[in-house]
Amino acid sequence: MDWLKFFRAEKKANSAKTAKDRLMLAVAYQRSGLANGPAYLPKLREELLGVVRKYIQVPDDAVQFSVQREAGLEVLELNITLPDQP
Amino acid sequence: MAKIIVVTSGKGGVGKTTTSASFATGLAQRGHKTAVIDFDVGLRNLDLIMGVERRVVFDFVNVINGEASLKQALIKDKHVDTLYILAASQTRDKDALTQEGVERVLNELAQDFEYIVCDSPAGIEKGAFMAMYFADEALVVTNPEVSSVRDSDRVLGILSSKARIAEKGLGKVKEHLVLTRYSPARVAKGEMLSVEDVKEILAIPLLGVVPESPAVLTCSNSGVPVIRDDNSDAGLAYRDLVDRFLGEERPHRFLTEPKKSLLSKLFGGG
Repeated sequence: MDWLKFFRAEKKANSAKTAKDRLMLAVAYQRSGLANGPAYLPKLREELLGVVRKYIQVPDDAVQFSVQREAGLEVLELNITLPDQP
Repeated sequence: MAKIIVVTSGKGGVGKTTTSASFATGLAQRGHKTAVIDFDVGLRNLDLIMGVERRVVFDFVNVINGEASLKQALIKDKHVDTLYILAASQTRDKDALTQEGVERVLNELAQDFEYIVCDSPAGIEKGAFMAMYFADEALVVTNPEVSSVRDSDRVLGILSSKARIAEKGLGKVKEHLVLTRYSPARVAKGEMLSVEDVKEILAIPLLGVVPESPAVLTCSNSGVPVIRDDNSDAGLAYRDLVDRFLGEERPHRFLTEPKKSLLSKLFGGG
């Protein structure tokens, strides 16, 4: 029945696009260092957030971590976004 | 000075050994004295793909342990006379590969060979790590499929932080993407990640694309590296890949499906 298919509009499933989108996210997570960083990272993040909150009210995503490796050195980068008005 | 190249991927079954065998054969065919080492201790396979399984007397671990000399353990290829194979041990486990032992063997090989190709086992454990650690360059073998791409990215992270030259701050392992089992027809239908997609995600230079090809299986059946099959698309793709590695310009072939005639579209056959 191949000749019938020729006249039918081809159905585009484009699962490749889905694969690419999912991979972009998975790879970004992997590269942030959180996936394979030291095991204490999540706890450290939580406790730091606690300390910051003693003084200022910040949302959960105000503390951001990344672990980067450069020339044999591991660098922990910590970013705390303070609210506009204290 | 010898160049050490690791063939790695993270994920199993994507074509590391096939690529190692053809890449090493191709380098040797171009006149470069090349050794290819199987790092998959306990599950050796390179000897079968190279067709030398009946000639293995001593292996990599024997040399590391001083039970045999490198000269005794290296198997000279019968078809390409600048090519030598060092088989993995079938009986030991991967702890037999010590960093000092591997380094000693590689140093000894480096005195006599131009290229040393290290066929890594799957995973990121000791055997894979040993294969990667001493590398100057890496062929990262990837299939256009989500788990393989993610594993390749993971391996790239390890190469850039844990390889010897990175660890010692001497530079960076030069990375090459080798995309295997590529099916242009499925890419055209939106069913498979394209070369461009994978390049964009992994962000490393593309060395070659090897199309999905029945020749890979048939060649492995008879222990012939597929690069020696000049009539196959996979063989030609590997030949181009080796030429590119040696600095020559080769356009990428096999990225689009062969044009079908109107008749075959109407009446099948594909």
